[in-house]
Amino acid sequence: MDAVSSRSANGVGTGGATVRGLQCRECGQMYPTEPIHVCELCFGPLEVAYDYDAIGNRISREQIAQGPSSLWRYKLLLPIEGDRIVDSQAGFTPLVRAHNLGRALGLRNLYVKNDTVNPTFSFKDRPVSIASTKAVEFGFDTLACASTGNLAGAVAAHAAIAGLKACIFIPADLEPSKIVGAQAYNPTLVAVDGNYDDVNRVCSEIAEEYRWAFVNINMRPYYSEGSKTLAYEVSEQLGWRIPDHAIVPIASGSLFTKVWKGFGELVKLGLTSPGTPRMTGAQALGCSPVVTAYDGHTLNVEPVKPKTIAKSLAIGNPADGYYSLRIIKESGGVACAVDDGEIVEGIKLLARTEGIFAETAGGVTIGVLKKLAESGVIDPDELVVAYVTGNGLKTQEALTGALIEPIQVRPSLRAIEEALALRAEPAAAVA
Amino acid sequence: MAKQRMKFTFPPDLVTQPLIYNMGKEFHVVTNIRRANVSRDRGWMILEISGGDAEIERAVTWAKDQGVRVDPIEGDIVAG
Ligand SMILES: Cc1ncc(COP(=O)(O)O)c(C=O)c1O
Ligand SMILES: [Zn+2]
Repeated sequence: MDAVSSRSANGVGTGGATVRGLQCRECGQMYPTEPIHVCELCFGPLEVAYDYDAIGNRISREQIAQGPSSLWRYKLLLPIEGDRIVDSQAGFTPLVRAHNLGRALGLRNLYVKNDTVNPTFSFKDRPVSIASTKAVEFGFDTLACASTGNLAGAVAAHAAIAGLKACIFIPADLEPSKIVGAQAYNPTLVAVDGNYDDVNRVCSEIAEEYRWAFVNINMRPYYSEGSKTLAYEVSEQLGWRIPDHAIVPIASGSLFTKVWKGFGELVKLGLTSPGTPRMTGAQALGCSPVVTAYDGHTLNVEPVKPKTIAKSLAIGNPADGYYSLRIIKESGGVACAVDDGEIVEGIKLLARTEGIFAETAGGVTIGVLKKLAESGVIDPDELVVAYVTGNGLKTQEALTGALIEPIQVRPSLRAIEEALALRAEPAAAVA
Repeated sequence: MAKQRMKFTFPPDLVTQPLIYNMGKEFHVVTNIRRANVSRDRGWMILEISGGDAEIERAVTWAKDQGVRVDPIEGDIVAG
């Protein structure tokens, strides 16, 4: 398949608009589909609004099944209006029936969505697939973001595929090794000298001044829609069912709110039987503004200064924190945080039970899953899906000192037998 | 004339102060509040400040010195 494909994925052409426009989440004002993200009236965030009747006329389980084995099989549910897609073949990652982990936690119906195996090893390839496709559609020549890790890699790779320039902003004090996974794709890398708040402010100003596609600023309404595919896939992989309970990590809350939106759309379109999942948000204790608000019974999120090994979730002032809290409340889920030790334990538990090596964000999800299973918040028979969104090779330093050391031996059969106590247990020897 | 959109978050001791009024008196800036949520012990405000670049900067620095937290309306932009 062409990397930048001018064939429409799924055999679905662009005739018949499925997108109504952008709509303000606060005041409801409609806007045309342009690279804008803020309502002119109330400065509220904009979101893509669809014509579900038009989509309903064209979409079906069969039509989806005929599509490519990537997130583009759901193109009709994505805000794409042109023919050209930027295709990294992201998505359609495994949904693992987690028997071993389930047994360890006393859960009989547990699944893990293994999104560690995307092209740049995190779920960020999903939103960035959409953001880069829209950037091409809008005629931008530069794809930009501010990131300390996963988003940087996804943006740099998709810019490479699309033939766009990539411009990536990082805080100057970031260790260079953090960004190698992005540097490999040859982006322009800008280290901004200043504290975290300075970097946030200056990037917001850049997005205002320059005609660049800043994926999580002016492209955010489109970007965030890509995460809905994590709901579509899970449902399709479950045989078009809605899980009882989804455990989703929260940084800005974009992923969390879009997984909820995705399940809701499937029900609205009659692609699944009615039902809503309980939506549970997982955060690291060292950066848990949403959990703090949840525990305090308020929808007001107080910004915090992050201090956690889960760097990919370290957003102290989450744009979608308020919306995430509303969903948690409406869906009957909870918000829960785990400390750094529990995150490391979560990573190790998932690896040794299911053979999946996740980064710290996955440790947060599994840590929270374990905590809620043990405290009875999760029922043993609930159909639970734990979202594991990034690859462990990205945060290896988080496991320093927490893993078993190799057994040192001399190069002799005898020495190895002794070290492994093979002679002592003849029954365990190779048959 | 520049315009900047931002979010002000007020700590409890500032919630009852006429801070926006004072800022307009102290500096040559015009404030236009678009959305706000103020309760007895906390509050936030999403507003647009217009004026000269340097004057906006001075006004915002002053607000921060008073104890206001100032953020982009987009929330945190540096992502993982
Ligand atoms: C691996 C991983 N999981 C989850 C998230 C959460 O993303 P969001 O900002 O959409 O809440 C991030 C964000 O950077 C991430 O890198
Ligand atoms: Zn509005």
